[in-house]
Amino acid sequence: MTKYIVKRLLLAVLVLWVVSIIVFSAVRIIPGDVCKIVTAAPDVDAKQCASIKHGLGLDKPVVTQYLRYMGGVLHGDFGTALISKRRVWPEIRTRIPLTLELAVLATAFATVLALPIGIISAIRRDRPADYGLRLLTIGWLSIPGFWLGTMLIIYPAKWWGYSSPPGYTDIWIDPAKNLQQLYLPAIALGLALSASLARITRSSMLEVLRQDYVRTARAKGLVGRVVVTRHALKNAMIPVITLFAVQFGFLLGGTVVLESIFSLPGLGSLTLASVLIKDYPVVQGLVLFFATVLVLINLLVDISYAWFDPRIRYA
Amino acid sequence: MTTTTTVIQQPMAPSALAQRRNIWRGLWRFTARRPVGAVAGLLCILLILIAIFAHQLAPSAPDALFPAAKLKPPSAAHPFGTDNLFRDMFSRIIVGSQISLGVGFASVFVGTLLGTFFGLISGYARDWADMAINRMIDTVMAFPPLILAIFFLSIFHATFLTVSLAIGIIIAPVTARIVRSAVLGVINLQYIEAAQALGSSHTRIMFRHVLPNVSAPIIVIASIQIGNAILAEAALSFLSLGIATDAHPSWGKMLQDTRSVWQQGWWTAVIPGVAISVAVLAFNMFGDALRDALDPRLRGS
Repeated sequence: MTKYIVKRLLLAVLVLWVVSIIVFSAVRIIPGDVCKIVTAAPDVDAKQCASIKHGLGLDKPVVTQYLRYMGGVLHGDFGTALISKRRVWPEIRTRIPLTLELAVLATAFATVLALPIGIISAIRRDRPADYGLRLLTIGWLSIPGFWLGTMLIIYPAKWWGYSSPPGYTDIWIDPAKNLQQLYLPAIALGLALSASLARITRSSMLEVLRQDYVRTARAKGLVGRVVVTRHALKNAMIPVITLFAVQFGFLLGGTVVLESIFSLPGLGSLTLASVLIKDYPVVQGLVLFFATVLVLINLLVDISYAWFDPRIRYA
Repeated sequence: MTTTTTVIQQPMAPSALAQRRNIWRGLWRFTARRPVGAVAGLLCILLILIAIFAHQLAPSAPDALFPAAKLKPPSAAHPFGTDNLFRDMFSRIIVGSQISLGVGFASVFVGTLLGTFFGLISGYARDWADMAINRMIDTVMAFPPLILAIFFLSIFHATFLTVSLAIGIIIAPVTARIVRSAVLGVINLQYIEAAQALGSSHTRIMFRHVLPNVSAPIIVIASIQIGNAILAEAALSFLSLGIATDAHPSWGKMLQDTRSVWQQGWWTAVIPGVAISVAVLAFNMFGDALRDALDPRLRGS
């Protein structure tokens, strides 16, 4: 087990190292002049530009720049934003709770919706209920989240004069208001996730329901409900958990769009804003941060599998 | 068999004839067993035809102005209404299908090509090449998908090629993994061994013997990815990171253009949104039916 964990850990570090090189060099080949972005002027004279570049350390060789940057990152220093001149890491850190909460709410909403749908669909396989639910989920997969989000802002306001309180309130200050502000974007974000969760729950349940031990449980005379929830569901959850890890990346991508639509000051809206104004230190920091989170989540999922299922350790 | 006369009239290699008959029989069986999938397939073909002949079908140019019609609801003259900038929404939706479907298809093509290439090598070569390619896939997958595309487009100026590449890179690792596991499934079969014994080169074995036998999962995953690619293109266009312009709109960009007037004109919000959903739904359902038909192992998943 220890050997397996160490191997996974080393691989994760390797991947993150390559990611950091890609992100760093990608940002360096960006077209457009840093001086123009910093000063927001069409023309910058050479002398001023040289001093700006010196200030940013861009006159050093690229390898030196990389080593310096990574040295900073390892100490929690992601540099300074080009335009707002704020430190990048505090800017990212203060926005984590919002995006995290949004992701958690969306996942919770998706799970609550998806599990019953997937289970019913599997038990009633090839009956009208199954067809109906499958049609419903494939339909949900086809709705663009950003469109749904905007509709959720506009139409309740138009029809019932309802709108959630503007802006964002910290959950520790006013939880009720916080939830009112976040549940609509969470629904828009979670709907597509719930569709793919329901589909995988269905197929995983079907797989498990065919197994001998389920037949044994039925043969013992257990009620159908007990067989499904106690015997089948638990074992059907492994592929579902894998999907959570895969879908977390999509969820982060979705926050870019939805936070911007709902004007929420999270990581997603910061990503979009920094890309649009070409504030590269911020973009670089955010992409590195997202990649780290994703790699860590996959690492945890891998390790937890090996923990639960010893066969994986030796694969 | 009615085909016997045809054979006499125009001699055909027996294998080619059998193949042709197989295609028609396969299509018929697909339609009979999966009517919903067949309807979805027809809808896909219709959408593709609309995109190809968009400029002939559109009643007016997508950026033609109708000075008397600002934000007018659907009517006989403008079946989908007009937007806040005096333009006919019907023409814009029709022409918009070109970018939405075009980028969707191009990115799936790019992603499938890359994914198949690396998946084949990684499954066939194993050892260090497999290791290297797997780490490459891990690296790409370390980026959240849409964020990777946004990051890519912040570096490269948006053109048809770069947008398709941006979405294609998201698709490629998924395809590569599926191709790799499919290759691992066939690599130990006897016909591969036979080809090796005959002294065929690795390249020949990979492309002539392995590739045809993993083509079913490749077709299935590609068709399933089209819907996602269309959604990704719509999101990028909505964020103004796509290639849509006034003269060449896309559905996502139309939503962005009219966002400020959605409350006054429901059709400006609903119609492009429905266009995206219908197209994605059609390709999703077709892909699903195709998967059930071609790849029994994945049936119903």
